[in-house]
Amino acid sequence: MTAETLIWLIPLPPLLAFGLIVLFTNRSKAVSHTIAIAGAAISWLLSMIIFVIAVGKQDLAEEPLVSAINWLPTGETFMRMGVQIDNLSAVVLFFVAWTILMIIIYSVGYQNFGQPKGERDVAGLPPRGAAIIDSHGHVHNVPSVEPMYSRFFAFLSLFAFAMYLMVVSDNLLLLYVGWEIMGLCSYLLIGFWYGKDSAKKAAMKAFMTTRIGDVFMLLGIAFLYSTTGTLNYREIFGNHELLQHLAGTPSGILGLSTAGAIGLLLFIGTIGKSALFPLHVWLPDAMEGPTPVSAMIHAATMVSAGVYLSIRIFPLLSAGWETGAVLTPVMIVVGAVGGFTALFAATIAVAQNDIKRVLAYSTISQLGYMIAAVGIGAYTAAIFHLVTHAFFKALLFLGSGSVIHGMEHGVLHTGEHVDAQDMLNMGGLRRKMPVTFWTFLIGGFALSGFPLVTAGFWSKDEILSGAFRGGQTLVFVVLAVAALLTAFYTMRQITLTFFGQPRTEAARHAQETSWTMTLPLVVLAVFAVGAGWSGIPEHFPVIGGILPNWFESFTGAMLGHEEQAAGFNAIPLVVSVLVSLGGLGLGWMVYRKVKVAQDPLRKALGGLHTLLRNKYYFDEIYQQCFINPATWFSEVFTSIWMDKVVIDGILHSIGRAFLWLGRLVRSGFDVPVVNRGGDAIAGGVKYTGAAISPMQSGRVQQYMVVTITVVMVFTAILFAFLKLV
Amino acid sequence: MDFIGKHILTLILFLPTVAAVVIFCLPKKRELLIKWVALLFSLFPLVLTIILWFWFQSDQAGFQFQEQAIWFPSIASTYHLGIDGISLPMVLLTTLLTPLALLASFSIKDRIKPYMILFLLLETGMLGVFIALDLLLFFVFWEIGLVPMYFLINQWGGDKRNYASLKFILYTMAGSLGLLLSIQLIGVVAGTFDLPQVMKVWNGLSGTLLGLPIGTVKAVAFWAFVVAFAIKVPVWPFHTWLPDAHTEAPTPGSMILAGVLLKLGAYGFLRLVLPLFPAEAKRFAGGLVFLAVMAIIFGAFAAFGQRDFKKLVAYSSINHMGFVVLGIAVGAAAAGTENAHLALNGAVLQMFNHGLSAAGMFFLVGVIYERAHTRNLDDFGGLFTLMPVFGGLLTFISMASLGLPGLNGFVSEFLVVRGSWPVFTIATALSMIGLLFTGAYILIALRKVLHGPVNNHWVGHLSEINMREILVLAPLMVLILAIGIWPAWILDLINKAVIMLY
Repeated sequence: MTAETLIWLIPLPPLLAFGLIVLFTNRSKAVSHTIAIAGAAISWLLSMIIFVIAVGKQDLAEEPLVSAINWLPTGETFMRMGVQIDNLSAVVLFFVAWTILMIIIYSVGYQNFGQPKGERDVAGLPPRGAAIIDSHGHVHNVPSVEPMYSRFFAFLSLFAFAMYLMVVSDNLLLLYVGWEIMGLCSYLLIGFWYGKDSAKKAAMKAFMTTRIGDVFMLLGIAFLYSTTGTLNYREIFGNHELLQHLAGTPSGILGLSTAGAIGLLLFIGTIGKSALFPLHVWLPDAMEGPTPVSAMIHAATMVSAGVYLSIRIFPLLSAGWETGAVLTPVMIVVGAVGGFTALFAATIAVAQNDIKRVLAYSTISQLGYMIAAVGIGAYTAAIFHLVTHAFFKALLFLGSGSVIHGMEHGVLHTGEHVDAQDMLNMGGLRRKMPVTFWTFLIGGFALSGFPLVTAGFWSKDEILSGAFRGGQTLVFVVLAVAALLTAFYTMRQITLTFFGQPRTEAARHAQETSWTMTLPLVVLAVFAVGAGWSGIPEHFPVIGGILPNWFESFTGAMLGHEEQAAGFNAIPLVVSVLVSLGGLGLGWMVYRKVKVAQDPLRKALGGLHTLLRNKYYFDEIYQQCFINPATWFSEVFTSIWMDKVVIDGILHSIGRAFLWLGRLVRSGFDVPVVNRGGDAIAGGVKYTGAAISPMQSGRVQQYMVVTITVVMVFTAILFAFLKLV
Repeated sequence: MDFIGKHILTLILFLPTVAAVVIFCLPKKRELLIKWVALLFSLFPLVLTIILWFWFQSDQAGFQFQEQAIWFPSIASTYHLGIDGISLPMVLLTTLLTPLALLASFSIKDRIKPYMILFLLLETGMLGVFIALDLLLFFVFWEIGLVPMYFLINQWGGDKRNYASLKFILYTMAGSLGLLLSIQLIGVVAGTFDLPQVMKVWNGLSGTLLGLPIGTVKAVAFWAFVVAFAIKVPVWPFHTWLPDAHTEAPTPGSMILAGVLLKLGAYGFLRLVLPLFPAEAKRFAGGLVFLAVMAIIFGAFAAFGQRDFKKLVAYSSINHMGFVVLGIAVGAAAAGTENAHLALNGAVLQMFNHGLSAAGMFFLVGVIYERAHTRNLDDFGGLFTLMPVFGGLLTFISMASLGLPGLNGFVSEFLVVRGSWPVFTIATALSMIGLLFTGAYILIALRKVLHGPVNNHWVGHLSEINMREILVLAPLMVLILAIGIWPAWILDLINKAVIMLY
């Protein structure tokens, strides 16, 4: 079997798993999760094989692994659908395969496989625990298994299929297909506990907000397709003349070139999918889904898809731009959106108490980081951060799920009514949950960019130095401040959760989770450190050049030309180290002595803290400015005023006019003329008949008298006439 | 076999009528027998259509399987049938949806015999429109289709069935007046009602009719056609009969109404308006685009504003058919270009796709209505827990309706959007508002019906969807997936016909 055939096979096992679980095995939990894991494992294996083949291929950027078939008849031609593995998709495939497999394994433990069924559990709500009686007759409350266990694995498998499909695609349409199916899975999984009011709303919010981006993206695809006649990556992004031509043709939209307009439309898709400002509002709410979902969809894979798209279309975004020159208008937009999002989301994360919401805002912020990198042309840095972030953020989410799980155990055990996700209720968990603690610490330090050892340091440093070298001082400063905040809120999270003393009974009775959950943490922790070593800059003091900067040369080959010579500059490095350590230190200082469930910053920042805690009131603003008017427009204006009042009103008036005309005809013509006229004729005849009927008496004498009288009268008249004549 | 080969279209067309006659002779007490006879008979046209599908030569231009017999020799009107790549998918849609609707009708309890007879006659009427190649014959079948539907709504409908059925028939009849008038105009001017012959001579005609220059005559005929077909599609603002008719019609009636009857209007545009009036169509394409975009946007908004589940689905039909009209308008404005071909491919495929998904949606609404006796979205909630299989199926069909990539609706909408973008850029961009709100109304329906806490009112009252009902949906779902994943099997045929025709 050739490598190209293998690529086609990569997405299929999870799809098969989805079909099998839905149609046949949904009654058996063990069989269902076995199938799901097997599906993910086969895809993982295929991905690794392809990755090795791809890395070993010398001229992969020029001659990627491709295979395509005719798919859609389009007039005289066919649209071709195919798969492609080039340098970019190879590295994306690598982290996608690892994270998906780890997350699916983790889900077995997370959904309480092997635990008893809860008596009060219903489908559609999170399990509420079961009471078991041990050999001594004591009653214990323990977590109970998820009632819709099989369904969860089915959805995860479908998601995995869509993500793989998107990665191996060789064109934007197939990418869009995978992209949208992921959106569906995200919707289904956020709303997995559909019985919760908050979950069902969050699911719809996620779907609709990303769909705003998607419809623009669809237009972008249509625009690109009609302009170039193809959607294939290589035929567009690999065609330098075409890109130059697009960059030189005005589009008539906002004064942008055609390349810029298409790029902007496609980029709006990224804004939705990667939850960038101003379409970021769905991601924090999406934390309503089970934690593996948050890890998989909202940290490692789906939101990365948006960044992947931006990186993919980078040649289009940057068409006409030379390294070091003034950025293209659309690159400025991309950079601004990214940079602003990075800072903006980081400030909100500082004031959140829900362990998952902090990570959600952190994700938004980091996605902004990557997008800012794309905007300033730091191509390989963006890819690098995409990869490292996927590993450490998946690790953090899974770690937070493990924490919540441990806390829930404590809550069930003690019967205390506390929010198991609120960090202020935690504390001191490092002793209770050592594996979770250490792995979370690694993930958190990676996120903060702890110098030298973590992957996050290398990738973040790349972006900062890229901004600095590119002369984008504003972006550099914004990103540096964001990095400071990132380190601060991460340390806040770690300190509140794991250090100090337990602030609740539940935290005191928290328990380490099962091996199916901790094993993925350990594996991801290895990558959260090791992934960075593949991209250590060669000019880095002391350790630079010990390991070759494989990542940059591998992914940089995609650009077809050398990126700007990466000369070493101390300023970004120093800044990067300072903000990281400074943020971590600050976080530790502020939060290490929190004894009661109260954030010390709340007093210190006052109204600003309220503003941050309420996420700058964006949800409320959108509700008032967009959702309410749209609802009014639909329910009142369109359904009642336009359809019922105006259109049906006109119809009914036409109907009434004809009815009136009909009545008029009836009362003005039918009744008086036709009816009454007819009646009058009939009545007259009848009357005359009745009047003259006495004549027909049957008496001959009378007839004689009449006859003679008539004859005499006629004769008299005749004579009178004759006389006159 | 030879007989079948020569008269396959007549067989497809009149087998339902034969079935109606057979049922007419059955005693009305034997309800189950009547149901089975109707269902089994309706499978014959389906089987023949499938055979036809394989016999059909998609590379060959013009009409195939033609049959011609003397009908009205004095006015040069003949019994002329034939199909091409545009009508064949529509015939398949009709012969597929009718058995499914009949299977769905098994739960009808009232006056089975006349119901089944009307339903089968309805099938003949619809098929006749798609395969008639004579204008007068076309008109006759067009009207024949109306009457059974009127009675189905009027006799088996809901509370406001009188208003709805009257609105339906009067509105369509008003359109038919113009249709008849312009068919007569064409017949008189061209000297024949035979469509292939009319097409040959029509564009070369000159001179006057009743003192009017031929251009004026054409313009009159064009507008009469447009109005008649626009009412049937229905295009905004001629659409308000549709929600009423749908809401009151019995479930199988809605399936056919949305699945097939609406396609008659769009088919009229494709078969008569575009080929006969290319110049007028091109001149007025902008107006048609405006109406299409209004239908897309306001159809979606209106659907979003409904609280009656069935009305919501009815408005979704207006929204979806808007894309068909958009595609047709592009075909009119840019005839002969790749854009037009793509848009028309999309339009024809969208007709087929909407037939599948709308029939499925209406059926699922019917399933829930039969059990709950309400369609008010606010009365439901949490049904996913009570009816998980139903929930899964509803989600699936809803996603097809929403245009999720991987399912059928996306392919056709993408083709229309791709075709119309270079021709009507702003209109295409505006139609995205409709596409966005398509998502909104579908999701709000799912949310209100399936999601949320279990509504205790329904616990123990709602039974899971049964095997018969799943069987109604299964073929629809198979086709939805088949077109979504591998559209070439049907689009190839449409595409070749579109290139040859327009």
